[in-house]
Amino acid sequence: MSYCRQEGKDRIIFVTKEDHEAPSNAELVADDPDDPYEDHGLILPNGDINWNCPCLGGMASGPCGQQFKEAFSCFHYSKEEVKGADCVENFRGMQECMQKYPELYPQEEEAESPPTDSDPAPPSTSEDQLPPDSPSAS
Amino acid sequence: MLKCRAAWRRLAPLARASSTLCRQNAKRAVLRNERRPDLNCSQMSTAPSGGGRENTLYVVLVGAACLGGGVYAYRTVLGDKQRYQERISEIASRTRRVEPEQQKVQTQTEPAAATEATKEAISDPPLRIDTPNQPVAPTEEIEPLSNTPEASEPSPAPVLESEVAPVAVDESISEVSVQLQDVPVVESEHSAAVVQETAVEPTPVVPVLPEHAPYLLIGGGTASFAAARSIRARDPRARVLIITDEQDLPYMRPPLSKELWFSDDPAVTETLRFKQWNGKERSIYFQPPSFYVDPVELTKVENGGVAVMTGKKVVHMDVRGNKVRLCDGSEITYDKCLIATGGIPRNMQVIERAGEEVTKRTTLFRKIDDFKSLEKISRTVKSITIIGGGFLGSELACALGRKSADVGLEVMQMFPEKGNMGKVLPEYLSNWTTEKVRREGVQVLTEALVKNVNFKEGKVEIKLKDGRVVKTDHIVAAVGLEPNVDLATSGGLEVDSDFGGYRVNAELQARSNIWVAGDAACFYDIKLGRRRVEHHDHAVVSGRLAGENMTGASKPYWHQSMFWSDLGPDVGYEAIGIVDSSLPTVGVFAKATAKDTPKAATEQSGTGIRSESETEAVAGKMSPTLSTPIPPVAKDDYGKGVIFYLRDNVVVGIILWNVFNRMPIARKIIKDGEQHADLNEVAKLFNIHED
Repeated sequence: MSYCRQEGKDRIIFVTKEDHEAPSNAELVADDPDDPYEDHGLILPNGDINWNCPCLGGMASGPCGQQFKEAFSCFHYSKEEVKGADCVENFRGMQECMQKYPELYPQEEEAESPPTDSDPAPPSTSEDQLPPDSPSAS
Repeated sequence: MLKCRAAWRRLAPLARASSTLCRQNAKRAVLRNERRPDLNCSQMSTAPSGGGRENTLYVVLVGAACLGGGVYAYRTVLGDKQRYQERISEIASRTRRVEPEQQKVQTQTEPAAATEATKEAISDPPLRIDTPNQPVAPTEEIEPLSNTPEASEPSPAPVLESEVAPVAVDESISEVSVQLQDVPVVESEHSAAVVQETAVEPTPVVPVLPEHAPYLLIGGGTASFAAARSIRARDPRARVLIITDEQDLPYMRPPLSKELWFSDDPAVTETLRFKQWNGKERSIYFQPPSFYVDPVELTKVENGGVAVMTGKKVVHMDVRGNKVRLCDGSEITYDKCLIATGGIPRNMQVIERAGEEVTKRTTLFRKIDDFKSLEKISRTVKSITIIGGGFLGSELACALGRKSADVGLEVMQMFPEKGNMGKVLPEYLSNWTTEKVRREGVQVLTEALVKNVNFKEGKVEIKLKDGRVVKTDHIVAAVGLEPNVDLATSGGLEVDSDFGGYRVNAELQARSNIWVAGDAACFYDIKLGRRRVEHHDHAVVSGRLAGENMTGASKPYWHQSMFWSDLGPDVGYEAIGIVDSSLPTVGVFAKATAKDTPKAATEQSGTGIRSESETEAVAGKMSPTLSTPIPPVAKDDYGKGVIFYLRDNVVVGIILWNVFNRMPIARKIIKDGEQHADLNEVAKLFNIHED
């Protein structure tokens, strides 16, 4: 059974599991999907890639950022049956660049694993992991 | 006109004097004349002989006075005119002398003969042109400037071309001097074989630091790095220059007071690596050195990059000229500038006044060096006292308390509040937390106001106002941060009087082309009002936002940053918004089970990534020294729950107490800014009974 206590200006409520079983009737304001201020996930509302997404880690900003952007853009807009089949050159360029920086892009990882789930991830400020970790959006 | 006025000014007193003299004389004469008739009525009208003598005297006197006055006036005016002429000619010669000197200094090449086309005294330094077949003879015009290839310095080039036909002599001088400043930089960067004038000693190619950075970030901390990353992501091929007065590349601060202390690695002070929540190790540096570009290469590297200049402090900011000056005198111009200078730990006056013996046994904890030195000290001394009961103080106390058992170290913590985090947590929770900290092996002295500190008999003696005396070997002062606003005066930037720091708008902009982010920014939060936040995630969020705005977005501070803290294996919380214990609070707690601890949360949920989904993964959990499960306690156990902070019945802050991975919900509630009638209903959204 829940009970309530007041200590000065602070109120304390203890609740059991049963107390919280009924769904909440608290009202939340509906989110506006076109809100220009909101942080977006990997894909912006207009379909472009959000290069500033924390999920990309440092991929778009590092020394091989340009190559990564080209490769991934090509993949994203690719209309081939096997998506990205026409982007082999870009990916190769990216790999070549990454091989020059083994410290930044450890070679045992898949160098160019673009996030496969394109639904907007919840806005996160996960920042600055080593690049191989990052593409796997939580 | 002037001459007349000047002349009159000189003459006026004289004229006045002489006129009064005349008048007096006249009066006296008249009086005498009058009196004489009075005294000696028998005499007829004017006694001609006496009057005549007096008259002549009078005339002579007045005449002499006028003559003297006239001569004096003439000489003064003449003298003035002469002096004026001299002055003008001196000024004229002075300007002529300064220009050639300026040019000499800046270009450091031999000044060649000047020309008629420009001012006679201007020297036109021959420019070192990198293509060997270009003539280097000193020429009259500023032509050589237009000849220099300007591959990597596009901005000075157009200006240079336009200078070929100087119109206004003065303007051209200053612009030439500026451009000549740039050009030698380019030359020396480019050419190995540099054609020199005979008078100048042949200088070897010295790598020269950039004189212009499109994006200049002052400060090399979390906010700065986040901005650099944001700029690079949005502006392809951006060239970003970070200037920091530290010797280290950008690194993250939270592990310095948490994870690094829990590491098993004895070489941790060297490697600075820690274990994240997921078991993976990483360095506290955001990126290894190979990520960055050498500052010397910044202007040349094809795809741009981020360069870091360490060990340099920016001492002066010229907003109109869009440039900054470093401690070594060099100047760097910029297009967009970010100030992310963070702050300096505050010290206590009683410690500062206590003398060298005390101050050298005091640590103000903030940087990597402070961590290294404190770590060493913790292994050598017998007793450490931490003054301060906030985030840093409590975290360090817990970290040192953990070690205390292993190394026989006495750890004490003292602060004026009634309990740990007294300014953040409501009283009941603060008391509960203090107990937990005590369990970590820390002797906590609450309501402790330091009266004075002395060094006596080899020990640091702290006297409290209530009479208690504490003897210790080393002090760690964690009493707050003073935001660094050194550039406010020279940059003409506003400083906030309530919160400290640079005052910026909702888009983090201080003035045109200047943004501020991180600890130093007092910004306007649309939802919560003006504030200044000193947390890691805020530095990341504000740095990213500043970077976005520097590249053309105009977004206000919208994504609410969060913060977190761990106090041992039992107490961990995440918080968002304004979390001030002076606000009324409503806490909704679940009756706890042994499963609800940060330790359990991370061990259990491979997917639930504590603080990973919120911010970067930093929390590292080690197996606790306490192996006994938490027994159910008779009194209130605030095992886990949600605490709402209210301002005018609106939720402005939320703490998730031992409840993890719910930050998005908390963020949403604050964003809505609604008045909720029953906060228990809102608490249901968090599912606190679940894991």
